[in-house]
Amino acid sequence: MHVAGQELAPLWLGTGGLTSLETVRRVVAAGAPGLVTVSLRRVSDTGEGSLLATLDQLGVRVLPNTAGCLSAREAVLTAELAREALGTDWVKLEVIGDEHSLLPDVVELLEAAETLVDRGFTVLPYTTGDPVVARRLVDAGCAAVMPLGSPIGSGRGIADPHGIEAVRAAVDVPVVLDAGIGTPSEATQAMELGCDAVLVATAVTRAEDPVTMARAMSLAVEAGALARTAGRIPRRETARASSPMRGRVGR
Amino acid sequence: MHLHVNGRPHELPDGTVLTTLLTTLLTTVAPEPRGVAVAVNDRVVRAAEWPVTRLHEGDRVEVVTAHQGG
Repeated sequence: MHVAGQELAPLWLGTGGLTSLETVRRVVAAGAPGLVTVSLRRVSDTGEGSLLATLDQLGVRVLPNTAGCLSAREAVLTAELAREALGTDWVKLEVIGDEHSLLPDVVELLEAAETLVDRGFTVLPYTTGDPVVARRLVDAGCAAVMPLGSPIGSGRGIADPHGIEAVRAAVDVPVVLDAGIGTPSEATQAMELGCDAVLVATAVTRAEDPVTMARAMSLAVEAGALARTAGRIPRRETARASSPMRGRVGR
Repeated sequence: MHLHVNGRPHELPDGTVLTTLLTTLLTTVAPEPRGVAVAVNDRVVRAAEWPVTRLHEGDRVEVVTAHQGG
């Protein structure tokens, strides 16, 4: 898949929840992600910059997010800080409505997207599975849309597959399934529905074995992409034998 | 003068420049402060301007870096 002219592998990984930099290294090696996401937070007394140094060593593209922002103003400032800190004008734009549901506030999101596009950012917004909102974000100049499958960290998979299909049909930019994936079969489903990539964070980082799960997710995304290309059979109301009915023994 | 640095009260001599504050917060500032960004009163201050940016009474300084995230 491509975003803003850059070719990227279709599995994107979040780093939130990994327990050590060594695990970050092994998960990235196992999943071979197109990019990894990071958040921007106040520096603490220890360890600043070490995550970034590790990701730099691995040569993987880093996508900063604006996770936790509750208003367009906060998200724009966070994106500006991320551009300065990381030297990238790509941003995964998140503006949440509240800290409980973590669902997107699409009004603030659209306002932030318009501002950031004006300021030269490549904006990848975390949004709902609403095709009308997706179209408005693309009209504002977003380079992709990232609809949620189900709430962040819930592991409930794709609650509304028709919504994801509708988003796919509504826009001509990449669609990246973001949030809610719990297990590889759901990542496969996202790709079969027409998504161009899947972003997985919690499902890998909080798995019992994150390294093996990263590999499983990579294979799952590849399988779904191949299946989408191959074209599935239509669903039928009744059975249809795959073995010939003619020439059966004794008939 | 009294400042707010990453949400906490902070005391510095009048006329202190941003670089001086950062050296107290970070283990390595120079020469390549990759991964760190600073905002003063909600405006990003680029790294090249840190040595000449004087802080003032009541300034709100945010110093951020990349953390794990999804």
